[in-house]
Amino acid sequence: MINNIADLIKIRDAYAGKIAFRQHGAEKVSDGKIEKHVLICGGTGCTSSKSVQIKEKMEAAIKAAGIEEKVQVVLTGCFGLCALGPIVIVYPEGTFYSRITLDSVDEIVNEHLVNGNPVKKYLYSETVKGDQILSLNETTFYKKQKRVALRNCGVIDPHCINEYIGTNGYLALAKVVTEMTPEDVIKEILDSGIRGRGGGGFPTGRKWQFAAAQPKGQKYVVCNGDEGDPGAFMDRSILEGDPHALIEAMAIAGYAIGANEGYVYVRAEYPIAVNRLQNAIDDARREGLLGKNILGTDFEFDMQIRLGAGAFVCGEETALLTSIEGNRGEPRPRPPFPAVKGLWGKPTIINNVETYANIPQIILKGASWFSSMGTERSKGTKVFALGGKITNTGLVEIPMGTTLREVVEEIGGGIPNGKKFKAAQTGGPSGGCIPASKYDVEIDYDNLIAQGSMMGSGGLIVMDEDTCMVDLAKFFLEFTVDESCGKCAPCRIGTVRLLEILNKITEGNGEMEDLDKLEELANYIKSASLCGLGQTAPNPVLSTLANFRDEYIAHIVDKKCPAGVCKKLFTYKIDLDKCMGCGLCAKQCPADAISRTDYVAEGHKLASMQIDSTKCVKCGACLPSCKKFQAIYKG
Amino acid sequence: MKKKMTTVSFNGTKEQEIALDKVIAEHKDQKGALMAILQKAQGIYGYLPIEVQQHIALAMDIPLSEVYGVASFYSQFILNPKGNHAVSVCLGTACYVKGAGLLMDKLESVLGIKNGEITADRKFSLDATRCIGACGLAPVLTVNEEVYGRLTPDMIAGIIAKYN
Repeated sequence: MINNIADLIKIRDAYAGKIAFRQHGAEKVSDGKIEKHVLICGGTGCTSSKSVQIKEKMEAAIKAAGIEEKVQVVLTGCFGLCALGPIVIVYPEGTFYSRITLDSVDEIVNEHLVNGNPVKKYLYSETVKGDQILSLNETTFYKKQKRVALRNCGVIDPHCINEYIGTNGYLALAKVVTEMTPEDVIKEILDSGIRGRGGGGFPTGRKWQFAAAQPKGQKYVVCNGDEGDPGAFMDRSILEGDPHALIEAMAIAGYAIGANEGYVYVRAEYPIAVNRLQNAIDDARREGLLGKNILGTDFEFDMQIRLGAGAFVCGEETALLTSIEGNRGEPRPRPPFPAVKGLWGKPTIINNVETYANIPQIILKGASWFSSMGTERSKGTKVFALGGKITNTGLVEIPMGTTLREVVEEIGGGIPNGKKFKAAQTGGPSGGCIPASKYDVEIDYDNLIAQGSMMGSGGLIVMDEDTCMVDLAKFFLEFTVDESCGKCAPCRIGTVRLLEILNKITEGNGEMEDLDKLEELANYIKSASLCGLGQTAPNPVLSTLANFRDEYIAHIVDKKCPAGVCKKLFTYKIDLDKCMGCGLCAKQCPADAISRTDYVAEGHKLASMQIDSTKCVKCGACLPSCKKFQAIYKG
Repeated sequence: MKKKMTTVSFNGTKEQEIALDKVIAEHKDQKGALMAILQKAQGIYGYLPIEVQQHIALAMDIPLSEVYGVASFYSQFILNPKGNHAVSVCLGTACYVKGAGLLMDKLESVLGIKNGEITADRKFSLDATRCIGACGLAPVLTVNEEVYGRLTPDMIAGIIAKYN
């Protein structure tokens, strides 16, 4: 039980050394006995590739080698470089093992942990420079990042409350309840300039101010962890890697607005996150950091988890509140805003996970520290989930104002297979794409909106020349059609009509006037829909139309899909002069569409193959079989 | 999302009913508990047949339409039983861009069923799922709890063969 600040500081001092040991450059050894810390990623990505089993095997091997007193194995949250998972990091050196399998465990234990020689063949190739082995912090992926919201992910054991306290955890809450008035807290958040990390970018401090200004009585603090934007997983990683940061921040918010109850709405698709958060809530309650008389004051706050059930619209704040109330997650008109009339009709603030994760740091380090990072109107850092056609898929946190080029080319390691960058989609189905001509745009809230996109929750999907932008718009629209809750007509009916026009275009039946219809309808849907889902649903269509109109025209006028994606608009062909006549492609064809001609190309021994376009189902199975000769092409 | 009611007949057991009643009793006085009850009921039965929804409506003294309204609204609630091996292809953006659509095509032809259907012997069911968050492994599919990542269509037949 932690009764007061002195108790908290005692734990902090006992664990701080251990945490410092895991941060590069720290010389301090935790307690003289432990010589090495082995950190294994326990995020969803790495868990899918068996990191939990790797941890178990590692512990058994360490025991067998008789070094269990000298080595501590920790299952942490996400390191961010999911493309290289499962990841194992060994401190104090920061040695970076990537794509570890169960088979490599014994060798790492015996060679590295016992004999002190890192096993080079399992290291992330970028960290091996001749004889020198670099630590993870020296890789281009980590060097340009600035980790604030993710600061503890991949550093602490999320199941251990003491390790969190070792990073000055709960000291912000202690400072708030003992030294600050609610007005002081809100002023600090306002001065920091932090804006909501989940979508619209509304100033967090203003939200808190509105709720605090409501008459005293029952109020609620809600966390939006319904991360529905496909391809975004920053909230999940924070919940999995640093759940106490969220708990601490929500308690601070409760103090600031005068609420004693909190709800965290999390997707049921995130079982690991839910489990760790529940565990953390139980621990915090047991230690007296949640409940009555927190840290010896008369402040009380407690919280519970509510599971979502897979509805994208529940990421919209009023829909989320209706869902917590146990109903169909349909939005309602605003005003009244939740800060005035929210959960069960009471004043409520809703912030997303990443926003909350910044709060304790702002309180401890001050508003001016936070506002020194970022651009004029977008302060601090932002976490992005890099995905799509990019080498380093994973999670990165960058100061606002970093250019898209830096994120993709440097941190993200560029586009694989020598392909060219075509566009990046931010904001998921609510956002838009940023074309190559805007590669140097500085990423912040206002610049993205100026590009017809938005920050959203931070999904960043990279597209190369093989992506058809019409097909992409169609993909996002299929998503919103599916996820429209049906309450208001512009969204329910309008998005279906938009999709019908897009289908018509990708099937080769489009007409030029369809483009005007798309634009007209899209603007109606934007202005007439009830909630954020409908108001932003046409964005992918509008932004691809604005930036890649020529691709739409190619589909309509030339009846061609330049990227070779829309099946009705291309055929597979064989270049008779390149074909060696090996016949491998015919063996792959499921439709018996490939046969031999009687044409023998100059210098070749066998007659060339041909594809019967009336039989071809365009599955593309033949393509890889001709990798060597490159005779099969889309035309 | 539009949902179809199942045509498969209901065969719940007495044990399942007792477990369900226990869940309802635990949550009955909690504010806004319907979703939590449906989630647990689905854990017990594997899906939410109309018989189970009726039972919940009666026990909680709320209209069936309200229960059905919630059950049909959220994509996690399934009204059709799953196969012994539930195959789900992630069609989140990251996987889609990396060719998850081709995996789905291949699965449809290998299993002989369409997305959202179940094989006649109830061995396999096939579904598209939203992002499961393993974007670093894209494209991915799951069979029951097992995750398969970095896939190409030619790997599908081998994966299905494991469960046959």
